[in-house]
Amino acid sequence: MKLIKSLTVSLTLILAGFVHADEFDKDDLDRWTQQFNDVAAEGRRLWTSPELGSNGVTCAQCHPNSANTHMETYPKFQKQIGRVSMMWEMINWCIRNPLEGMPLDADDPEMIAIHAYLAKERSGVAIAPGKH
Amino acid sequence: MTNRRNFIKAATSGLIAGVLPVSVVKLAFGSSDQDVTFAYISDSHIQQIKGNKFVRNWDQGLKKAVAEANLLDPKPDFVIFGGDLAQLGSKPELDHGAELLSALNSKPYMVMGEHDYYLDLGDYWSDLFGDKYYSFDVKGVHFVVLNSILTYDEWTYDRWESGERRMNEMAGLDNPNGSPFMVGERQRKWLAKDLANVSHDTPVVVFSHSPIQKIYKGWNFWTEDAEEVQAILAPFNKVNVMYGHVHQIQYNQIGNIAFNSVMATAWPWPYPSSYAQAESHMPVMTVEMNRADPFNERDATGWQLVDVHSGRVDVNFNLYGNSNRRVKFNEKKGHPEDVQHSPHARTEAQKHY
Repeated sequence: MKLIKSLTVSLTLILAGFVHADEFDKDDLDRWTQQFNDVAAEGRRLWTSPELGSNGVTCAQCHPNSANTHMETYPKFQKQIGRVSMMWEMINWCIRNPLEGMPLDADDPEMIAIHAYLAKERSGVAIAPGKH
Repeated sequence: MTNRRNFIKAATSGLIAGVLPVSVVKLAFGSSDQDVTFAYISDSHIQQIKGNKFVRNWDQGLKKAVAEANLLDPKPDFVIFGGDLAQLGSKPELDHGAELLSALNSKPYMVMGEHDYYLDLGDYWSDLFGDKYYSFDVKGVHFVVLNSILTYDEWTYDRWESGERRMNEMAGLDNPNGSPFMVGERQRKWLAKDLANVSHDTPVVVFSHSPIQKIYKGWNFWTEDAEEVQAILAPFNKVNVMYGHVHQIQYNQIGNIAFNSVMATAWPWPYPSSYAQAESHMPVMTVEMNRADPFNERDATGWQLVDVHSGRVDVNFNLYGNSNRRVKFNEKKGHPEDVQHSPHARTEAQKHY
């Protein structure tokens, strides 16, 4: 049963790949945009919600519209950590310290949502990894 | 990490003195009797967690400012608190804030902030501190306190189902459901009347929570009827407007009116120019403050010692964990300027983005 199922999946993938290759239409684009916007909206909700911490403080309290988070500069050397660090490590630093909360896993859906929101607010800004 | 340069070494004893920046000692001003000086503390955002638990970080900022202002020598003529004592305007927050302020050597003059106001429209704040707008005179300088964080009646009285909801909507700086600040017609009439008997040569200092100018509407670095208020102030030869709310250094000159912001004791805010999706109108003469180090929780917060010399304000910023700044009115140029930095000589490290 398991074998048949995986064969069917492979066959479907091959057929789909053969027929559609790199084609996608407006419905696909709309769906993908919608998916991104929904996750970014959840990130904005978390950004302005006390639920990430334990003391009522929110991310937006210090970072309105996520300003001064400049995610386009990550990864970069973070002098306070002493090595090249990722955006999510800084987000967790803020969750632990000013928000007095529990850090999130890098692939936690909430962390992904926050990243989506930060990226959306920086739309149009050139990436500049390592910049200070 | 403590910056050695900024802290008193062994000479002093006692816990408070041990953490005092040297700058406070240097600020002892040997000026003439005509100078009016005051300590300006603002934006403490005292925030209740639950019961008698409050956010430690914001408490510390206010405690530090109060302890340092008390050590000024000679003593300033008065202390003023620039608004947003509380985060959500509740009785426990205002009570706790009032308790921390009660450690000051003198009772401070108080300015209303939106975080103090929108829960109960300032009722409890007024029980504690009195009038929401008023004026007073010190050594020939006329001081005016405005309640500049009012807004449209419909937003205030009809839109929200409760005071809590109204407060929460206004508390989010970047909340699109917020509403622009204004002084309002009634207070503008009062201001015109208050100034009617003041000679145009008398130096005037106006304290408001919001800037009485338009910088960035999205974060309410803005007063909707700024031009109308400026018009009332225009006939005076030496007018200074000082405001909180923005948690950052700003200064500007519009006609005769010099504008100076003050820092928060709670946390710094980014400059509007660092928000990629919006245009800001930061006064071009403003040399922005250094970027804050988030790992130093008091960095880019602080308080001010203000000297009203010859009718113009000279603002000394006590910035914790950062170089102090001084923004002084330049009589020749006719506008405030930083005594050390010019807008054309910025270092890369100061860039906000």
